Amino acid sequence: MTRPKKAVLFALSLLLAPVAAHAAEVNLYTTREPGLMRPLTERFTQETGIQVNTVFVQGGLAERLTAEGSRSRADVAMVVDVGNLMELVDRELTQPVQSKALEEAIPANLRDPQGRWFALSTRARAILASRERIPEAEAAKLTYEDLADPRFKGRVCIRSGQHPYNTALFSILMIEHGEAWLRDYLTKLKANLARRATGGDREVARDILAGLCDVGLANTYYAGLMLSGRGGEEQKRWGEAVRVVLPANETAVNISGGAVTRHAPNRAEAVRFLEFLASPEAQSIYANGNFENPVRPNAPVNEIVAGFGPVTPRNVSLPEVAARRAAASRIVDEVGFDR
Amino acid sequence: MKSASIAEGIRPPGRPFSLPFRRLRAAGNLRLGAALSVALVALPVIALAFAAARGSGDLWPHLIRHVLPHAMVETALLLAGVGAFVIGVGTGTAWLVSCHRFPGRRSFAWALVLPLALPTYVSAYAWLDVLHPAGPVQAGLRAILGVTDPRAIPLPEIRSLPGCIMVMGSVLFPYVYLAARAAFLTQGADLLRAGRGLGAGGMRLFLTIGLPMAWPAIAAGASLALLETLNDVGAAEFLGVRTLTVSVYVTWITRSSLEGAAQIALMILAIVAALLALEGWARSRAHGAHGVRENARPDRRQLPPAAGLLAMLFCLVPVLLGFVVPVSYLVWAAWRRVEEFGLPPDLLTWIGNSATLSAAATLLILPAALVLAFGARGDAMPDRKAMGGSVLLRASLMGYALPGGIAAVGLIVALGGLDDLTEGFGPWIPALSGTAAALVLAYFVRFLAIPAGGLDAAYARIRPQMDWSARSMGAPPGRILWRVHLPLLLPALSAAALLVFLDAMKELPATLLLRPFNRETLATALYAEAARGTYEEGAVAALALVVVGLPVIALLVAGGRPKARSGKRMRPNEARP
Repeated sequence: MTRPKKAVLFALSLLLAPVAAHAAEVNLYTTREPGLMRPLTERFTQETGIQVNTVFVQGGLAERLTAEGSRSRADVAMVVDVGNLMELVDRELTQPVQSKALEEAIPANLRDPQGRWFALSTRARAILASRERIPEAEAAKLTYEDLADPRFKGRVCIRSGQHPYNTALFSILMIEHGEAWLRDYLTKLKANLARRATGGDREVARDILAGLCDVGLANTYYAGLMLSGRGGEEQKRWGEAVRVVLPANETAVNISGGAVTRHAPNRAEAVRFLEFLASPEAQSIYANGNFENPVRPNAPVNEIVAGFGPVTPRNVSLPEVAARRAAASRIVDEVGFDR
Repeated sequence: MKSASIAEGIRPPGRPFSLPFRRLRAAGNLRLGAALSVALVALPVIALAFAAARGSGDLWPHLIRHVLPHAMVETALLLAGVGAFVIGVGTGTAWLVSCHRFPGRRSFAWALVLPLALPTYVSAYAWLDVLHPAGPVQAGLRAILGVTDPRAIPLPEIRSLPGCIMVMGSVLFPYVYLAARAAFLTQGADLLRAGRGLGAGGMRLFLTIGLPMAWPAIAAGASLALLETLNDVGAAEFLGVRTLTVSVYVTWITRSSLEGAAQIALMILAIVAALLALEGWARSRAHGAHGVRENARPDRRQLPPAAGLLAMLFCLVPVLLGFVVPVSYLVWAAWRRVEEFGLPPDLLTWIGNSATLSAAATLLILPAALVLAFGARGDAMPDRKAMGGSVLLRASLMGYALPGGIAAVGLIVALGGLDDLTEGFGPWIPALSGTAAALVLAYFVRFLAIPAGGLDAAYARIRPQMDWSARSMGAPPGRILWRVHLPLLLPALSAAALLVFLDAMKELPATLLLRPFNRETLATALYAEAARGTYEEGAVAALALVVVGLPVIALLVAGGRPKARSGKRMRPNEARP
């Protein structure tokens, strides 16, 4: 009679058994994909001997940290998109860090003065234009505003207007032009769409190749990833079908970033990990492993991405971009952008 | 009829004046188990209710004006479309395969279950690739027709409501197929034979006897398919269909309002509860349970050649849509990846993690579902007063009706609260958050509904006389469950176990959010690669998911087939709710 009960208890105890503790470790909650993180964490462990434990989460990272509270074993949180990063800060899930290495490596506009968040890579939102159907001279002059121009009616492809990459772009445009302008812009942009606003950024290039549309929006690293052939031959053809346009002096730039969590049990290791991520070596993994732009001023960009031309960002404050995204998201609903 | 006369002949034994203590305790234990199971399922709902009660500012006027009307229409159309698809295809194929002879019938009997191995989001990815103007189908067509302009052949766009209905319907129809087939195979032989004897044939036999008889089973299968459609976010979002569930995610993630998201999710839950109550009410009015007969396999009518060909096509198309095309695509994509880079080094670990977690969840869910169904059985007995058993059974559906991600967030909040509570008792009580146990619990919450519904349907076929006989011999409830019901429910139980296992393997949002450090499963690994754009690597994991699911499906099919030999034990060959 008691044997099954014992077996159940044993099984439960196995499930609950904590992972054997390592001498030195750092625990990471990240929305960044394991494919990118693995080379970074492996290199870090090689250099420091500190073990990195990872959970790759998508939505709900903030909720998990909140619910775990002071029991949380997480030391570092890494997310993409400035809005997601600021949410962690706003909910007081991160803690201030003072580190000379980080301050020297990361320009002041890409980190919190109090050290509650740090950008670790930048990500430019580029305009993709068909090589076949948009003349080079016209493509070179394209701006985000142009995509709403009637001449592109039925020729624009874009992912969901509610995706963080788009809401961040719309926030940036709203800071510059105001809310009424954004409403008008999105109404016109919606009218120009060739298909429903859905899918991912790579689908934009693929749809341009297929002739469904002629222009669209995508982050530059997707273009780099496609052109590198790492996603397969097929994707290389998608990438080759488009010209990547970075609007001069007004490119919308988002970030990926990290922070030390509020209750980090391994605070010293966490700071060390962030410092490593900002080091030339790790920045080169960001650049060459994922085709992002390094935050370190002089760190080299991957050569495919360098081929797109220099990124000259719009001058906006990142926290302000994050603060406006709820308003931008509402306007996306109001104009029925995703319908 | 025969069963009715038996029911009149055997009276329920009178209640003894004093109940032996053990008997009381056993019944109480079982009821407690049922209540506890539902309490676990209710955890995330309660947490979400708390979040919802915090208020979401001025969100609702905006939602009502700009989001919900469209989302509701889109959701209703999607559900109507998928409902029509799964009921039409699921019932039609089950009818053909169970009661007719035509070329390929034997193969279709199992092939029609195969789509269950595929997560809807994987099928959506695959179909977009296959049908895309840059993909193989359109490129091939252009080559054959000598056309160069991709816009010259206007094929229907898969990123649309009809596309989404096709993708989801073709993956989910086996829920109905399995349920309907079990009903046709085990219940209706006598009636169908009588119908045929009276000259009814073909369509008329189906509409007047087959369909009404199998309807409870079909409705149960369709409910599962429709709930899965309702709480899906991967396929719908990818194909550009803005359902209520998509608006839950947008509210939560893009607008950082868990409060608002919880409010919408609870509203969806209320609608689902109302619909389920309506369905239950409709079913309770349509009495007419038929007992299970040994060797009750219906006579299969040989179809004439032309009709046989049509029947073959009718069975072939859904298998192509739901399995052959997407899986062939996966095989091709995975092959290219493996050819270039070899197998992912962690593949075996992923498979191991997926299998262990799913097995643990299945082992936890089955007894709970059994106890729940037993409670509802008590309520359904003609000589018993309702004790809330059927209410508990229906309440167990809550977890299945919530979007997976939002259920996971609710659970994470609830577990955090529990851990806060137990922390007060001292450090020897381990925290649940961030453990594999929490993840298994999430599967429990999400999938308890699957076997609970199936067992309830199987119980309907065990006549009350069985219980009365056992009770008259002094068997307490626990022993009736163990010695009388369990052997009869075994086929339904094993079918349910396999379905839970498959669903847990495919589960993505809760697995992503709740799992412990360094623990990847097939589903999370494939998602991680797909999210990054390295599809081929994802394809390997997706294919592995399908391959691991295949033997499970083989067991499912084998279990649903009536045994040819006759024995002394009664075998209700119930395969599905």
